[in-house]
Amino acid sequence: MAVPSFLARERIVARPGFNRWLVPPAALAVHLCIGQAYATSVYKTALVEDFQVSQTAIGIVFSIAIVMLGLSAAVFGTWVDRNGPRAAMFVSAICWSTGFLVGSLGIATDQLWLLYLGYGVIGGIGLGIGYISPVSTLIKWFPDRPGLATGMAIMGFGGGALIASPLSRQLMDLYDPDYDGTAGTVPGGNAVALLFLTLGLVYLVFMLFGATIIRVPAEGWKPDGWDPSSVKQKALVTTESVSAANAIKTPQFWLLWVVLFCNVTAGIGILEQASPMIQDFFRDDDGNSSVALAAATGFVGVLSLFNMAGRFVWSSTSDFLGRKPNYMIYLGVGLLLYVGLATVGSSATWLFVLLAAVIISFYGGGFATVPAYLRDLFGTFQVGAIHGRLLTAWSAAGVAGPLIVNGVLDTQGEPGTLQAGNYRPALFIMVGLLAIGFVANLLVKPVAAKWHEPKSPTGAAGAPTPERSAAR
Amino acid sequence: MSSSLQSQDGQRPTHTPTGLIAFAWTLVGVPLAYGLYQTVKTAVTLFTGG
Repeated sequence: MAVPSFLARERIVARPGFNRWLVPPAALAVHLCIGQAYATSVYKTALVEDFQVSQTAIGIVFSIAIVMLGLSAAVFGTWVDRNGPRAAMFVSAICWSTGFLVGSLGIATDQLWLLYLGYGVIGGIGLGIGYISPVSTLIKWFPDRPGLATGMAIMGFGGGALIASPLSRQLMDLYDPDYDGTAGTVPGGNAVALLFLTLGLVYLVFMLFGATIIRVPAEGWKPDGWDPSSVKQKALVTTESVSAANAIKTPQFWLLWVVLFCNVTAGIGILEQASPMIQDFFRDDDGNSSVALAAATGFVGVLSLFNMAGRFVWSSTSDFLGRKPNYMIYLGVGLLLYVGLATVGSSATWLFVLLAAVIISFYGGGFATVPAYLRDLFGTFQVGAIHGRLLTAWSAAGVAGPLIVNGVLDTQGEPGTLQAGNYRPALFIMVGLLAIGFVANLLVKPVAAKWHEPKSPTGAAGAPTPERSAAR
Repeated sequence: MSSSLQSQDGQRPTHTPTGLIAFAWTLVGVPLAYGLYQTVKTAVTLFTGG
């Protein structure tokens, strides 16, 4: 599928002297917008009351969006790599914005299916394309620090929720005088419809700005003073190229799929239940919790900060430690922290918060480090498309994580009466998952030479054509 | 850091204005700082209880 010339990859090849530090803000402009997906709880109750439906019926909107994220990233990943980041960001901006506008129409006219179609399906496609759109470009601009580069962008996804939550509250306060953002007040449906309209337009402008300033490096470009031969000195890091079609035939891809699935599922186990969980952990036999609702909301804020910081800090650290050791920390230390949470987590609030916060930083780190891990194993050739296919693990975890936690808790008692012990079965399931992920990571070895793309006639690696790859 | 090009393909060199880089970082940095500030304000209630 051809794209208009102003979006084409050839139009955005940087000339010599271009400053690569203009690329991270372009990536952030997209990720800060699509990160709104994690701020849907702000208006969830308002939508439940407006549509007069169950929490589940509204919660499905988010689930559809996350499933569409994984599917669209997998399906359109090769298209994104072929046509470049500007085309991808442009399409993502249109889909993400249209999703909000159609969703707004659905809320204003009381048609829930339009919300599913708009925010869930169309917006979800924008999420998937937008998420992977700058990743391979950043890796190519920062071959010396790929973890730092992808950490910056994917940190933006975590930051997007930090911005959207308070901004949404303030906008709904503006659109509905009866709503003041405090607990107990719920904005009307019209305020949410106007919020969607506003966000759709603001995100469109912001993301198009990113699409305008993004550039790809010319073939053969490298940072000043950087020696490409230094890459090969690290174990698992290849200078060869593997196509997306071939990557999914390798055990390494599926081992990483398991690693990401386990890491994300375990993180969602806490994120999904954060606010009630901290109250339940410190509930006495009379049913009273020593943690107030306001403090529980503060706990969610702490987790959001560690989620975002973990993306940047851990991914940057992986440039020095190596991707495999980093995942050994995320999964191995994460496993021990989960055991700590299950056994001694209820002994002190500060200990509970500390354990959960570090676990969530590993959750964020796992997301941000995986593109660089893929680049190490498969090269930069189609790393965006390979990353897109791997994100189906996120979709699967987005379904499995809440299912495990809610399924276990449903067998333990009524919400509001649960205590720390009731969480133990779910937490130990997560420990088991992290153990599986840890073993999968240990099994990752360099990709066999039979999957490498043939060298070009000049002997240069890393720049095969898609046509050549498709012929294999 | 500016870029260098190994292959000489005859392209005219460019210069990325520092102002453009500063503008781009400000545009993404200001909302991020706003979000961070608001979230820290919320997170503080965990330790103050109110």
